[in-house]
Amino acid sequence: MADAIEKETQTPAPFRRSREDHWLVRGGLTLATLAIIGLLIVVPVVNVFSQAFSKGLATYWHSLTGDADTRHAILLTVTVAPVAVALNLVFGVAAAWCIARFQFRGRTLLITLIDLPFSVSPVVAGLVFVLLFGAQGYFGPWLREHGYQVIFATPALVLATAFVTFPFVARELIPVLEAIGPDEELAARSLGASGWQMFWKITLPNIKWGVLYGVILCNARAMGEFGAIYVVSGRITGQTDTVPLRVEKLFQDYNTPASFALASLLTLLALVTLFVKVGIERHARPRPAKKE
Amino acid sequence: MASVNRRVLPGFSLSLGYSVTYLSLLVLIPLGACFLKASSLSLSEFWAAVWTDQAQAAYRTTFGCALVAAAINVFIGLIVGWTLVRYDFPLKRMFDALVDLPFALPTAVAGMVYATLYVENGWLGQFLVPMGIEVAHSKLGIVMVLVFTGFPFVVRTVQPVLEALDAETEEAASILGANRLQTFMRVILPTMLPAIVTGFALAFARAVGEYGSVIFISGNVRFETEIAPMLIVSRLEQFAYREATAIAVVLLTASFVLLALINVLEKWSKRHG
Repeated sequence: MADAIEKETQTPAPFRRSREDHWLVRGGLTLATLAIIGLLIVVPVVNVFSQAFSKGLATYWHSLTGDADTRHAILLTVTVAPVAVALNLVFGVAAAWCIARFQFRGRTLLITLIDLPFSVSPVVAGLVFVLLFGAQGYFGPWLREHGYQVIFATPALVLATAFVTFPFVARELIPVLEAIGPDEELAARSLGASGWQMFWKITLPNIKWGVLYGVILCNARAMGEFGAIYVVSGRITGQTDTVPLRVEKLFQDYNTPASFALASLLTLLALVTLFVKVGIERHARPRPAKKE
Repeated sequence: MASVNRRVLPGFSLSLGYSVTYLSLLVLIPLGACFLKASSLSLSEFWAAVWTDQAQAAYRTTFGCALVAAAINVFIGLIVGWTLVRYDFPLKRMFDALVDLPFALPTAVAGMVYATLYVENGWLGQFLVPMGIEVAHSKLGIVMVLVFTGFPFVVRTVQPVLEALDAETEEAASILGANRLQTFMRVILPTMLPAIVTGFALAFARAVGEYGSVIFISGNVRFETEIAPMLIVSRLEQFAYREATAIAVVLLTASFVLLALINVLEKWSKRHG
């Protein structure tokens, strides 16, 4: 960006004009952009909060805290999402380390496979775990004999969430590690640091913003996951309903204010995620990867 | 660099081993199970499951709506990407940040709010429904939510290419007598083409698998607004696991083809970008 601006200021005036559009084009496109973002994004977000508070603040608060099933859904979401995020975080750091620092056979294949869950429909993601762990599934009978409940229980929620959010941290960290380069790590090693010393004192501090960035994106998606959870949870009210499932159930029961009150929490989470994301981007990091 | 790294930097086998194990346990084995289950069906059983009239209608809705939504995303994504890179206006940073909202907003919330906005007494429906434009419970509604969920893809693939475009090329075109439209059509657009196609493919791939937002607005009418993921869910609810798996295999195959295509496109855009 800065380079582009500099280049423009150096260009003599007659040539600079060659990059400028007619004011009608300028105004028209700007208006169109405002209309598109306004209609597609701003109006829906405002609508969520307006519906949520339509019956007043007291009703809003009551629909969030007064219903035991809603409380349980919130509790379940804030336990399942962090576990899934933590799993993907460890994987993301490991995968980024071997991909960004080493050349090996199958490296390109590994990168492609990391992206795989992005292109799998969430419903299919849920289905595969039902096929593995469900009553009719490959491991279902064995699990039942030994008294483990996976499908229609918290473990399946974690698995499905981890599957859907699998690529986030790794995708963020690979370009960050590649951009930093191995020089400091090589220096640390040659000065006698052990592998883990190098990791904790050099590598991790260098990529901390990237880690945070990957974690908040991963978390937003994990807390909002719907399709995969819908399939593996069995939608048992008060037991396996996460916040998005609870939102759907309240909406289908025509309890619109309550469903929007709960939806407003998820919308707030999304807005905070964007806010933090912009903050981190300002904190010196390379341009975000092209895909999510 | 590679061989030096492996001698000096630690943790190659540990990190690679862990990555591959985790990838296999969480992603590859479960997806393999899906294909294994499908292979227990004979070819005619498989065909009977995936090619019913209802399934065909669902594929048409799924891929048709995804295609239209991705095309709309290219059009509006180009306008928004261009404006955000080239022009200045008040609150530009905020609007730029808001582009990413569909990535962060849970799809269920998106579907619900869109369904509420476009019904007869909704904020937008009160104007549109009297004009005969029924968004809720129609294919148009499905396209709308798919445009929402895929919106950031084209904008975010086009933006970096536009930023990297050097002024000299446009100046040269201008000096050689091209007007702005000619410069755009013949110089700028061809440079952006790989990014546009990548963005299109990403938005399309996302739209094909989308479930959460669609079920709220589609009304789930058989042969009309039922999409393939819904068909899988309804088969599962009937405990027809084999039929559900067979349809899932069709969707998975489509996503693998798309993923391969996106990879080829990304290599192409790196070479031409």
